[in-house]
Amino acid sequence: MKLTLKIWRQKNGNDAGGFVTYQANDVNKDMSFLEMLDVVNEGLIAEGKDPVAFDSDCREGICGTCSLVINGVPHGGQKATTACQLHMRHFQDGQTITIEPWRARPFPVVRDLVVDRDAFDKIIQSGGFVSASTGGTPDANAIPISKDASDAAMDAAQCIGCGACVAACKNASAMLFVSAKVSHLGLLPQGKVEKDRRVLAMVKTMDEAGFGNCTVTGACEAVCPKEISLDFISRLNRDYATAVFKSAWGAK
Amino acid sequence: MNIFKAIFCSSLGKKYIMGLTGLALFGFVIGHMVGNLQIFMGQEKINAYAAMLKSVPKLLWVARIGLLFCVGLHIWAASQLVRENRAARPSRYEVNDPTVTTFASRTMIWSGLIVFAFIVYHLFDFTIAPDYLGHDAKDRHDVFKMVILGFSNPFSSLFYIIANGLLCIHLSHGVKSLFQSLGFSTGQFRGWFDRFAVVIAWVIFIGNTSIPAAVLLGFGKEVL
Amino acid sequence: MNLDSKIPSGPLASKWERHKFDLKLVAPANKRKFEVLVVGSGLAGASAAATLAELGYKVKCFCYQDSPRRAHSIAAQGGINAAKNYQNDGDSVHRLFYDTIKGGDFRAREANVHRLAEVSRQIIDQCVAQGVPFAREYSGYLANRSFGGAQVSRTFYARGQTGQQLLLGAYQALSRQIGLGNVQMFPRTEMQDLVLVDGHAKGVVVRNLVNGEISSHSGDAVILATGGYCPVFYLSTNAVGCNVTATYRAHKRGAAFANPCYTQIHPTCIPVSGDHQSKLTLMSESLRNDGRVWVPKKQGDNRKSWEIPENERDYFLERKYPSFGNLAPRDIASRAAKEACDDGRGVGPGGLGVFLDFADSIKRLGEPAVRERYGNLFDMYERITGENAYKQPMRIFPAPHYTMGGLWVDYNLMSNIPGLFVLGEANFSDHGANRLGASALMQGLADGYFVIPYTIGHYFASHKQERPSTSHDAFKSVENEVNQKIQKLLSVKGGRTIRSMHWELGRLVWEKCGMARDKAGLEEAIKRIPQLREEFWQNISVPGGANEMNVALEQASRVADFMEFAELLCRDAHHREESCGGHFRTEYQTEDGEALRNDQDFSYVAAWEHQGVDKAPNLHRESLQYEEVKMTQRSYK
Repeated sequence: MKLTLKIWRQKNGNDAGGFVTYQANDVNKDMSFLEMLDVVNEGLIAEGKDPVAFDSDCREGICGTCSLVINGVPHGGQKATTACQLHMRHFQDGQTITIEPWRARPFPVVRDLVVDRDAFDKIIQSGGFVSASTGGTPDANAIPISKDASDAAMDAAQCIGCGACVAACKNASAMLFVSAKVSHLGLLPQGKVEKDRRVLAMVKTMDEAGFGNCTVTGACEAVCPKEISLDFISRLNRDYATAVFKSAWGAK
Repeated sequence: MNIFKAIFCSSLGKKYIMGLTGLALFGFVIGHMVGNLQIFMGQEKINAYAAMLKSVPKLLWVARIGLLFCVGLHIWAASQLVRENRAARPSRYEVNDPTVTTFASRTMIWSGLIVFAFIVYHLFDFTIAPDYLGHDAKDRHDVFKMVILGFSNPFSSLFYIIANGLLCIHLSHGVKSLFQSLGFSTGQFRGWFDRFAVVIAWVIFIGNTSIPAAVLLGFGKEVL
Repeated sequence: MNLDSKIPSGPLASKWERHKFDLKLVAPANKRKFEVLVVGSGLAGASAAATLAELGYKVKCFCYQDSPRRAHSIAAQGGINAAKNYQNDGDSVHRLFYDTIKGGDFRAREANVHRLAEVSRQIIDQCVAQGVPFAREYSGYLANRSFGGAQVSRTFYARGQTGQQLLLGAYQALSRQIGLGNVQMFPRTEMQDLVLVDGHAKGVVVRNLVNGEISSHSGDAVILATGGYCPVFYLSTNAVGCNVTATYRAHKRGAAFANPCYTQIHPTCIPVSGDHQSKLTLMSESLRNDGRVWVPKKQGDNRKSWEIPENERDYFLERKYPSFGNLAPRDIASRAAKEACDDGRGVGPGGLGVFLDFADSIKRLGEPAVRERYGNLFDMYERITGENAYKQPMRIFPAPHYTMGGLWVDYNLMSNIPGLFVLGEANFSDHGANRLGASALMQGLADGYFVIPYTIGHYFASHKQERPSTSHDAFKSVENEVNQKIQKLLSVKGGRTIRSMHWELGRLVWEKCGMARDKAGLEEAIKRIPQLREEFWQNISVPGGANEMNVALEQASRVADFMEFAELLCRDAHHREESCGGHFRTEYQTEDGEALRNDQDFSYVAAWEHQGVDKAPNLHRESLQYEEVKMTQRSYK
């Protein structure tokens, strides 16, 4: 099939950037979206032009590297599917597809469709861990964990850190990402010990990075390739309030 | 950690302020509606109710100041949040697909601003500088007649109905959000709160607009 | 070249304990004086960087991805083995050790494997303490499953995302150290070369992938945890960025490369749909528990699967291996599928696929039961192929998945270059000729959490050397070489894209040195690869410049190394005139088509010493001594 692609091109972080239109004439319906871009790039390289830079690595929907807004929807709008797992059979011959990078102040464009998601790493560095150094830990079965708690923690832990939630949110809020990590660790006894400290630190870092606020539109949940639930945002709100009051009350 | 800083300077804290003040204002809207619906129980009942409210001026003023304070905080927090939200997305998408988001959730700031303007008008209309200040047989302010007079004007009534529509759009999202922001929307509760918000918004819309609608249809004509 | 494996003396079961005591220590206050460079941030790299920083060393960690959380360890699905014996089903350290040695077809070092089995238990403790949400029973205790044909249930798992959860655990530990300022992280930074000073590994030269800047970092030791080399086949289940560059450049600087011909092919991957294909996706092997593998009996049969009557179908695994049937081991199932396709009976695009049919299971168990067991896999299959596997059979084909070979290391995980340590899939040490399912995660974490923290201190304590400054001549000269190579890549300006060259190389290696190899084919490949390499340097096209983000340049630099490495792979496969594990030479098989080992002549590690491009490498042999186990021939008839 034939497609018209309107792709965001930007030389580097300082460049203003703009859309360039390309024709993709030999698109096979069994290609993944990224393979379609690979083929476009082959054509560009053959003409001696710079290929379109886009991020991708595992191409099986788990590493969270790919980050394309396709026709206004991060990852292209197929349920529970990352851009790398999106296949061209979902598009029609002759269609125009607009491809843009994640847009958010904390995710500056590096080049073309590549953005810098360092802000997510910074958030994790500020508290998204259990402070357990290697060695000296008790036997893995020393603390039983209810299956429900463990399953709920796993639901949250599935987050791949792709940033689609931020990209989809009209406020570029990182609440879904932060809440997933806060909930994952907070739901487990191993993570409960430093739960308050964690949530206070992570929210502070999130705010400092310049993400927007949650207005509960639900866009993040809808585009999340791992279907992380809005419930976790509510839980984050609860955990933060608890932590603020407990810290004001003094250590107990 | 300073608790005031944690609340007033953090994104989540500002949402708590939105949620808590929103909850107070939502409570007022319900009480306001229930009180006003007494108009259908006749002139005596509504005028007595109005007189009762004014009988303890101290309490009345505490409530008024409290509400004003909530409105002020609600607007302050909203303006802060909107400013931050705009800053967080400096460049817009070429193509915008709102996916699953509701109209109400995307337009909170606009519905909120219009409703605020309406409230100011409404206060002037019925509280601060009402057109009619007559008294009933028991020498109480004749609220009944004031309302009937006010809503006899179809333009005024239409304006009230539209403004209430916006208020209820605002509430349909606001009520659901406040439970989310205050951390109650998990598990089965999410569904309940989401449905409750829509139902209560409709109830308030129907309740509030029933008064101008009834007046337009001839209710209370006898006092004019 | 001196290949001293430094295996401690004494009985096997107490070697590691004893060795830990014999290793010299670095005093706590002195640790901060040592700087360690860790390349790679997967399970092995992240766990090593975090643990060394916890101990007090100064650490710099480099990865080519935009975040250390994205390393390809994340894609491992099945689980992680550990000899916990929580199920009371007869597991033990010794049994895990024995299974791993046997699974590796008796081509791994006993002492290393035993240590791996020992520390496997601590890994689970550590991961649980970090908050890894392993599957649990209603009792609240950890759940286990049997994996990859093991006779005990020793595999711990977190849904189908065990690799992801373990990597996030290590990433979080690493993040904590970054936050504390103990680790300096360099994402989007790719190692270009290794720097030796007085014969010791003392630094790396890296390229910043955002602005193209070439810079040097000096350290007291260098750890490579850069994964395997599957993309030498072009198509594999690895991430598209995975590459051999770090280990191969170290090899060119003198590190021996061991057993490159041991590569693992996974039988249940989604087949290629066309030439545009950029990678292959693996589906859990558990599918073979209920699916039946078949191809049409007739060659070139183009009918739809449902049009082919039962008596015209060849259930070849059930026919060839009546007792194991569809559950025959990975390599056997893979080869059988290849044979059917070579015979012209493959299905799907290009005839490269075999059916995996669930019709019988659906009839027997009902669709809901099948959905319950494999729903997520069927969904994934449909997402990629657009076919509904409840209504028609899946198509599967084997794909390269893991590489057992890697840089040669001694018992301390140090290569033959002093100060250069190699962890995880990048080294050769623990899996012999074939890796068992759920053992890759175990090895990566064992190396990073529990081995390197002990052994690196010994190196520091026994080699008191100054850390050179990056203004040292050695750094300048390597930087120059790196810059020259980049300029050379950019200046060819020929007519072929990197991808097309990589594709051609991969296809050649896959055909001649893939699932089944033979002397003639390997010789052909060894002749053809230098020609391809020649064409590469004459005719590639790399647009853009050196001082910017340049995706084409990154790929070119990686493919340039595959162009050389592929030859080494084929040479190793050519020299090993036996079949063992993932290395199957068609000349050496039993009457049943089983791998025929030659323990008399090939019971050794083949470590290759680089002699220069276009020159045959030197072979060094580390002979394998078995004190505990008796070599046996496996049979799955």
